Amino acid sequence: MIQLFLRDIGLSVRSGGGFGLALIFFLIVVTLIPFALGPDQAALAVIAPGVLWLGALLACLLSLDRIFGLDFEDGTLDLLATSPLPLESVYMAKASAHWLTTGLPLSLAAPVLGVLLNLDYETGKILCLSLLLGTPALSLIGAFGASLTLGVKRGGLLLSLLVLPLYVPSLIFGAQAVRLAEQALDYDVALVLLSAISLGAAAILPFASGAALRINLR
Amino acid sequence: MNSTPIAPTLSDRFWRLANPKIFMGWSSKLLPWIAAAALASLCSGLIWGYFFTPDDMRQGSTVKIIYLHVPAALMAINGYLLMFVGALVWLIRRQHVSVLAAKAAAPVGMVMTLIALATGAIWGQPMWGTYWVWDPRLTSFLILFLFYVGYIALWAAIEDEDTAADLTSVLAIVGAVFAMLSRYAVLFWNQGLHQGTTVTMADGAKQDNISDVFFQPLLLSMAGFGLLFLTLLLIGTRTEVRARRLKVLQARERIE
Repeated sequence: MIQLFLRDIGLSVRSGGGFGLALIFFLIVVTLIPFALGPDQAALAVIAPGVLWLGALLACLLSLDRIFGLDFEDGTLDLLATSPLPLESVYMAKASAHWLTTGLPLSLAAPVLGVLLNLDYETGKILCLSLLLGTPALSLIGAFGASLTLGVKRGGLLLSLLVLPLYVPSLIFGAQAVRLAEQALDYDVALVLLSAISLGAAAILPFASGAALRINLR
Repeated sequence: MNSTPIAPTLSDRFWRLANPKIFMGWSSKLLPWIAAAALASLCSGLIWGYFFTPDDMRQGSTVKIIYLHVPAALMAINGYLLMFVGALVWLIRRQHVSVLAAKAAAPVGMVMTLIALATGAIWGQPMWGTYWVWDPRLTSFLILFLFYVGYIALWAAIEDEDTAADLTSVLAIVGAVFAMLSRYAVLFWNQGLHQGTTVTMADGAKQDNISDVFFQPLLLSMAGFGLLFLTLLLIGTRTEVRARRLKVLQARERIE
């Protein structure tokens, strides 16, 4: 499982197009926002938490179909299915590799990009924290969606359609935590609920995803 | 050898109803009755509601949209519940009829969600001064609509019938969990935004204080919508069963 985890990280870092691309996409989204809404500093600060969360979420979405797609096409996934490692663990290894190569860099980059949107330093810390707690859920849910649409040709759009509604609770709690922090209100509850979603997803989705993988490999 | 047949238990008898052939038998007999009952209670409920109830003191005649709005919303939620149960039964017992019923329920439930959203918007314009507010209830219905769309899209995307049945069932179950989660997340989100909006208060008051004059026809049209849902569900399921039979026949013909 650890081998698989390391292999996935290595692949996504070296193959190009996965690792850096999500970060660049995030940067571009954040750059485009002032063009669309005007350069007013005060207005930007108000929408910054939501925009940054949404940008991170969309950047996460980009690389989802790679989680299982390439391994499914070249038959690696069939080999993994016949190996002693249960598919649930394959899912966990791949989802955590995805998080480490997209969720983690995005979380660390978000406060930096927050500076562009006039987000103050203290709020930036909470933003980073909320993304760190929330992006595991995005990777886990995304990997589940990827395992559902495995057999679908050109399933990218369908994958987004399935996954985005599932992202709603994470987005609500995550952006809410940052917005509350910005107004100097108590944001603990939002963060706790956000982590609850991540942990709950880690507890339940491996079984759903393992089942979906098994169905697709049948 | 003594081969006395074991008497079928109640549960055996119940599951036999889901056998496609037996299902087609009883559903064809039951369908006209349910359809007639749906027509009767819908007509009487709506006519009673629209023409024989007084106008509300504050809301005027717009209050009457409740006879479409509330039953549609009720069936939209129950439709997803039915999909969830159908998916569970399929995954546990491999009853084809149950997953086909879930498949047939999805478009009906989606349309019910749309009716609830549209009638709500039409009512909201004169009452709230706007078609749409990001109120928790409205928002969670929009999300419910997205879940329906995703489920239907996944059915359409996968060619192999059994694979599609399995995967959509997994999606329906995970989706049900997340739909509930979204429901409560949305409540949290809106409370944080502006505490106790007049919208939610008006909504609560409307439900608490509804008088019998409005409630009796409402009950009737709720029953009507329920029966209508059942009618459409049975028709949809029967169509799916027939479509499967047709496919088998065509496949057989190609072999011969």
